[in-house]
Amino acid sequence: MKGKQVFMQGNQAVVEGALYAGLRFYAGYPITPSTEIAETLSERLPDIGGIFIQMEDEIASMCAIIGASLTGLKVMTATSGPGFSLMQEAIGYAIMAEVPVVVVDVQRGGPSTGLPTSVSQGDVMQARWGTHGEHSIITLTASDLQQVFFMTVEAFNLAETYRTPVIVLLDEVVGHMREKFVIPESGAIEVLDRLYTSLPRDVDYHPYLPREDGRLPMSDFGGVHRYNVTGLFHDMWGFPTNDPKIAYGLLHHLVDKLENRADLIARYREYHTEHAEILLISYGSSARSALHLIEERVKRGTRIGLLELQSLWPFPKQIVHNLCRGRSHILVVEMNMGQIYQEVKKVAPDPSRVFLSNRFDGVFITPDDIMHVLSVVTGKGV
Amino acid sequence: MPVKDYLRRRYFPHLWCAGCGHGIVMGNLIRAIEQLGLEKNEVVMVSGIGCSSRLPGYVDFHTLHTLHGRALAFAVGIKMGRPHLKVIVPMGDGDALSIGGNHFIHAARRNINMTAIIMNNCIYGMTGGQFSPLTPFGKMATTATRGTIDHAFDTVELAKGAGASFVARTTTYHVKEMVLIFKEAIQHKGFAVVEVLSQCPTYYGRKNRLGSAVEMMAWFKENTISVGSKKKKENPELIERGIFVREERFEYTSNYEALIERHQS
Repeated sequence: MKGKQVFMQGNQAVVEGALYAGLRFYAGYPITPSTEIAETLSERLPDIGGIFIQMEDEIASMCAIIGASLTGLKVMTATSGPGFSLMQEAIGYAIMAEVPVVVVDVQRGGPSTGLPTSVSQGDVMQARWGTHGEHSIITLTASDLQQVFFMTVEAFNLAETYRTPVIVLLDEVVGHMREKFVIPESGAIEVLDRLYTSLPRDVDYHPYLPREDGRLPMSDFGGVHRYNVTGLFHDMWGFPTNDPKIAYGLLHHLVDKLENRADLIARYREYHTEHAEILLISYGSSARSALHLIEERVKRGTRIGLLELQSLWPFPKQIVHNLCRGRSHILVVEMNMGQIYQEVKKVAPDPSRVFLSNRFDGVFITPDDIMHVLSVVTGKGV
Repeated sequence: MPVKDYLRRRYFPHLWCAGCGHGIVMGNLIRAIEQLGLEKNEVVMVSGIGCSSRLPGYVDFHTLHTLHGRALAFAVGIKMGRPHLKVIVPMGDGDALSIGGNHFIHAARRNINMTAIIMNNCIYGMTGGQFSPLTPFGKMATTATRGTIDHAFDTVELAKGAGASFVARTTTYHVKEMVLIFKEAIQHKGFAVVEVLSQCPTYYGRKNRLGSAVEMMAWFKENTISVGSKKKKENPELIERGIFVREERFEYTSNYEALIERHQS
């Protein structure tokens, strides 16, 4: 790919991806291990006339980006577990009000203040269910910096396409790791702009009336169409209502627009899966150890492959189901107590063949850790 | 343009109780905007959650009904995104100064150009009458059935201390004064705070035996006094009304524009 080769940190790769996608507004609050995103953007955004604001807390940061998105800007915030918890109410607001926003969570060990400087993938379920009430959400992740760049661009594209918050769920190792990657030339990869209504001034605009393809064209606050936005259930003008029919229809719309397109939203990579008897499933930095292990075992003739998930939510059920079919063993590799393992068990054709290799002590999972579990589950001893 | 032409009449009748002061505030906000000659498309109203926060839904501007206490945080995003817009933030007393207290002091500290209106009825009305941080000491509420032991904030002193460059107070009885203050506040370049004492006969009035809406408004008339009046010295219990602070200070969106220039030069 043509572009500029750079050597930098994962958090800076997020910044590069966001700016490539058209980020113009960032609001955030310092927290380890995501702070470099804010530091870098405080320098880069004013350079291009964009806005960086350090808010009083993560709640305010999340609210500010929603407000700015309604004025037509591409927006983002970044945080880690404790801050991500504080953002959850407003993430639910963005889901309900259908406002495109990108939220980066560079995970650290939890619960609570936990292990601020250590690696963890404990926020997978918080990304899915952190905000209250029935809903759906998009969550992307990545294991190397080229993919961190791409997934950040994708996050902005998906946020605009579906008018929804998109979570970029990284972990401390990916966030702080340095490696080289290419920033593509402008136009080399697709960047989606906001879909605007074509209705002229003085024509009644319905911000919450989907087109035939399910998409909702927007109109900026401060533009020619005046409408209401609320976190309450609302009619097609955005005005609050308790009407059960409208509530039923709106909730279905919010969930179906993502869950019915799970395969379309799915991002993943396969390594040696075609003839594999054993399938590893991993994501984020733990997928690096999984990849290292399978490359080594394939050289020795083991029929082993890796499915690296780059989108976790909506969970790519059909893809995982199909790729699990016919395997002798499926080993999920992650740094939590089995948050994706449980999802794989739900969709695998034979759940009894699904096993877990994990760590949750703040220490990065190694190929040896995975090999140890693989030996046990395949009956080759400890 | 008459007041009714600024209303989204499709959604009437409104949900406020009979006698509630919030409708007076809404009417006067519209009058102030109309008298200032502002275009509907240049006005944004942002609110949180509570009785007061339903105001923006009824008016024909760009309106955002957000989360409890967070109106100012959303408003900061809008103002920074489109600095030319007039951003007006009607809030309740609990909304603005309890759950939203942090955003309030930080918006004031930044001196960001917007108008914060605190419709103070001394109670959480939407949830049925619990005491707020503006309920006076000793008053009754459903969560203080023998009188609250919490001390109340003085909104004016809090706003001054936090750095607001325009601070005013009025009441729903003093309707002409309210329009004048709103106009001054909206035109002010900086963070403007207007506290409006508003009656809640349904909960605060009933719990504290304050009588009807009319009697509660008569109380505003008899117990408030223009700022600087000698009567305050004779009776310190009187509540002062009027403009307490009006200063030209560095404003946040202007400071940010200057920052961009420094980056780009």
